[in-house]
Amino acid sequence: MAMAALRREGRRILLSTPSPAAAMAARSPAVSQPEIAPHGARSISTQVVRNRMKSVKNIQKITKAMKMVAASKLRAVQIRTENSRGLWQPFTALLGDAPSVDVNKNVIVAITSDKGLCGGINSTSVKVSKALHKLTSGPEKESKYVILGEKGKVQLIRDSRKSIEMTVSELQKNPINYTQTAVLADDILKNVEFDALRLVFNKFHSVISFKPTMTTILSPEVMEKETESGGKVGDLDSYEIEGGETKSEILQNLTEFQFSCVLYNAALENACSELGARMSAMDSSSRNAGDMLDRLTLTYNRTRQASITTELIEIISGASALEG
Amino acid sequence: MLRHAAHRLASRAAVAGRRALSTAGVPAQAAEDSAFVEAWKKVAPNIEAPKTPMTLMQPRPPTPAAIPTKLTINFVLPYKSEIANKEVDMVIVPATTGQMGVLPGHVSTIAELKPGVLSVHEGNDVTKYFVSSGFAFVHANSIADIVAVEAVPLDQIDPSLVQKGLTEFTAKLGSASTDLEKAEAQIGVDVHSALNAALTG
Repeated sequence: MAMAALRREGRRILLSTPSPAAAMAARSPAVSQPEIAPHGARSISTQVVRNRMKSVKNIQKITKAMKMVAASKLRAVQIRTENSRGLWQPFTALLGDAPSVDVNKNVIVAITSDKGLCGGINSTSVKVSKALHKLTSGPEKESKYVILGEKGKVQLIRDSRKSIEMTVSELQKNPINYTQTAVLADDILKNVEFDALRLVFNKFHSVISFKPTMTTILSPEVMEKETESGGKVGDLDSYEIEGGETKSEILQNLTEFQFSCVLYNAALENACSELGARMSAMDSSSRNAGDMLDRLTLTYNRTRQASITTELIEIISGASALEG
Repeated sequence: MLRHAAHRLASRAAVAGRRALSTAGVPAQAAEDSAFVEAWKKVAPNIEAPKTPMTLMQPRPPTPAAIPTKLTINFVLPYKSEIANKEVDMVIVPATTGQMGVLPGHVSTIAELKPGVLSVHEGNDVTKYFVSSGFAFVHANSIADIVAVEAVPLDQIDPSLVQKGLTEFTAKLGSASTDLEKAEAQIGVDVHSALNAALTG
């Protein structure tokens, strides 16, 4: 870039050769050396700083715009998430929660985002999923992944390709609604064998706080076993089944319904967390760009003033040489 | 730096003022599963264990000794909580075996719902909803949870559209060839006849 600027200035002969100048400019672009030009040419290395300032300013504009977009989308999704919060509570009230259940076939369903630039939430989900995988694997036990979202797939495919059972992407192409998640849940339940499903997602507590959360859903057979043996699943046996169906049929329907409801809530919470994380990531990046711009402006002014001072000195010394 | 970011974000959003920053109503209860947390710490000591639903829920009251006078109901749909923690006298749910009335002190039951009318009785007010399907749980502590996929108040249903749908699905049932088509048409017929019955009955 320095070489092109030199050529543009005309055929001025420079004392310092272009290549060390270019190398120096490449090494420390923020601090540019004033070129020594024998014919009184203004220093041209402010061009480097000016270009950099322009690109940093553009980046700042882009990140500010992305933050505004994320904020407006967040408002809409947050309302729907809060409305769906009542959906999973009846199931936990009835069936309890057994995260430490010991079964042979574990399936870890991780919900991640498709788009990037959203801070660290996808990495957190993947870390938690990997730790769960380690926790639930053993001599006779196995655990597989079902991944919703591109970012999780990319991270997990690197070292756990064989354990990935199914991946789904483009979840948020249309706004998340219950019908879509019900179909997705149906798909997963049909194609994946499991004794326990562990759903990993980021729960939205506030715009700056998202906690990884894990919900456990047991298959009907395991649920029956757990209720018979006591344990955390509580007193499911004390509930009468209304209707002519057997307990196992009702449990089957119940498990499927529970999974689709919990998946709907989890997908909404994760979408909220993604937007909140993107907001704060873009906010800190605009602030960084602003700081960088301030530093570059100072450097630019210093360089400009130094070259003006040099010119003045030359003129004055030339004038005093003529007089004296 | 992170604290600054948090503070600045919080103050900016507070100034904008349009929406509450933190979503209220999720106090952390100490009902954690300690076995899980222990096992987690052994495998991944540096990562914090994920939260589980029991810690995020309000604990339910225990079974009282005497039968309470009122029934507390929660009626939830995927897109909103229609009724949350309301005390009522009676609720009639459309279970697969027919209309089931639930009074305070009802025995704990799990009931699968079929398309029909759900009515909530509070004193002299009766609110009726048409429910598509779902589940109803009655717990021993006189709390009833009704989870439905879709519910509309009866006065928002258009009778002419109901008739049209009924004739359409009956025709489809007649002309259905594969099992899937037959099942879909049958479901359509069931729902529309239930709607019809709800509007007339």
